[in-house]
Amino acid sequence: MSKYKEGIMKAIFLIAACTSILAVALICLFLFANGVPAMAKIGIFDFLMGTTWKPNSMPASFGILPMILGSIYVTAGAVVIGVPIGILTAVFMAKYCPPKLYRILKPAINLLAGIPSIVYGFFGLIVIVPFIRNAFGGAGSSMLAASIILDIMILPTIVGISESAIRAIPQSYYEGALALGASQERSIFFVILPAAKSGIMAAIVLGIGRAIGETMAVIMVAGNQARMPAGLLKGVRTLTANIIIEMGYAADLHREALIATGVVLFVFILIINLLLSLLKRRTG
Amino acid sequence: MDTINKQSYMQKLKAYKRNPISLVLFFLVMVSTIITIGVLLFLIGYILIKGIPNIKPELFQWVYNTTNVSLMPALINTVIMTIIALLIAAPIGVFSAIYLVEYAKKGNKLVGITRITAETLSGIPSIVYGLFGLLFFVTALGWGMSLLAGAFTLSIMILPLIMRTTEEALKAVPNSYREGSYGLGAGKLRTVFKIVLPSAMPGILTGIILGIGRIVGESAALIYTAGTVAEIPKGSDFLFDSTRTLSVHMYALASEGLYVDQSYATAVILLIIVVLINYLSGFISKKLTKV
Repeated sequence: MSKYKEGIMKAIFLIAACTSILAVALICLFLFANGVPAMAKIGIFDFLMGTTWKPNSMPASFGILPMILGSIYVTAGAVVIGVPIGILTAVFMAKYCPPKLYRILKPAINLLAGIPSIVYGFFGLIVIVPFIRNAFGGAGSSMLAASIILDIMILPTIVGISESAIRAIPQSYYEGALALGASQERSIFFVILPAAKSGIMAAIVLGIGRAIGETMAVIMVAGNQARMPAGLLKGVRTLTANIIIEMGYAADLHREALIATGVVLFVFILIINLLLSLLKRRTG
Repeated sequence: MDTINKQSYMQKLKAYKRNPISLVLFFLVMVSTIITIGVLLFLIGYILIKGIPNIKPELFQWVYNTTNVSLMPALINTVIMTIIALLIAAPIGVFSAIYLVEYAKKGNKLVGITRITAETLSGIPSIVYGLFGLLFFVTALGWGMSLLAGAFTLSIMILPLIMRTTEEALKAVPNSYREGSYGLGAGKLRTVFKIVLPSAMPGILTGIILGIGRIVGESAALIYTAGTVAEIPKGSDFLFDSTRTLSVHMYALASEGLYVDQSYATAVILLIIVVLINYLSGFISKKLTKV
């Protein structure tokens, strides 16, 4: 009797372990099966490189280059601001922060990671967008606003992972550099940071992944005009925004084109994941 | 060591004078940290100050309409959605971690594949989950936009999180516990359920609480799977009713642009939930490290 039970439970555990494999397989299957035919119908080149997205005009054109560029520009903007601030904050957390302050600061930064993206989006809409409108003119809803809000959102990721990468470097590296007469800052920036390079790179890649996949916060502040990105202070639409905004009323080829947009985003994320696992292998 | 390395401020200042690069680097570190903390304080402070005065009793009425803009149905839906998603994801996540840690032999190919797929799942953005949920649960399985479709979509989303935290918690249980249990004549299954799982419980709970945090904050994956109807599902087939959770409710309010005050209030409620969740998971994992 108990032998039966052991066998049955083991089978149940095994099935549970296969669920995540099944989930990934199903996600790939359904996305590609629904998205790829649309790409073929539109023409893969016209779809990826087409500069106009007019799904409702006659004849309709489905070019998602504006959205691809929009996603890349907004993410790049977030990385340019977020990565230096994030890494420097991680240095503070790992090397300068007094233990008393650390006990408050660490949960606070974790909290930043837990705030729902819609709250970030709302904050961007009522604080950052009006600020940009007043300071630089224009509508305010812009590439710049999206980059700033994404930069705040990826900060906890970059700080957290960089900090543990810095902490993983043996203390002897630091002490050795100090003993050779280097100042504290020199030891940190020219000895420890290079040694923690792959961990920090992993943090950046993970941040990029978060930024490129972010949807709700971006929709609230980016303006969402489906045209080629025209400048920092002009509105852009990202791949994610394109899906959410139009999925509600899209039909037929339009709907399939939106799913194909999701496929492009998915492929982006798969590439980023691949990069990440390569980096992780290097850190061992 | 600290006493040897201790410098007076004068010594430090002198060292910086000799070495301006160090001073610049130190300055940059401090400025960045101040920016990070400043942004955090400003964001939370702004929402609390603007939002708390807007929390009014009519926001908590049982039925939503356009005059009271009640968030109560959305709040209750969030609770229901969380419970259903956890009922699906928690057993699967815990069981699969048990298989990977307790049953799989070293060098088992399945372990490697599962790890890669779990990592892939945790990197997929919520909008892609939303699309998948729309294609699979809503359309292919014919559930329509419903509580169940949303819950299943979310459960796939939090599965890797629960798997990973449970795996780590199980690995942290000392082998002597298992050996002691076998020594007393207990079988594998009994050892897992009576000895290993109870000692790994705090770690597993931390994972589940983090999962709750993700469910509460999620909106992009739910808009096209659970829909946006602001009503508490009723009746015998309530699982197939369309519902909105608190985050989706807030998106609906904020994007309409008519209900800014109520959006502030909803943001405060969401923040409070997130703070509670963070505190709880921190509390439990602190208990874990003490043992």
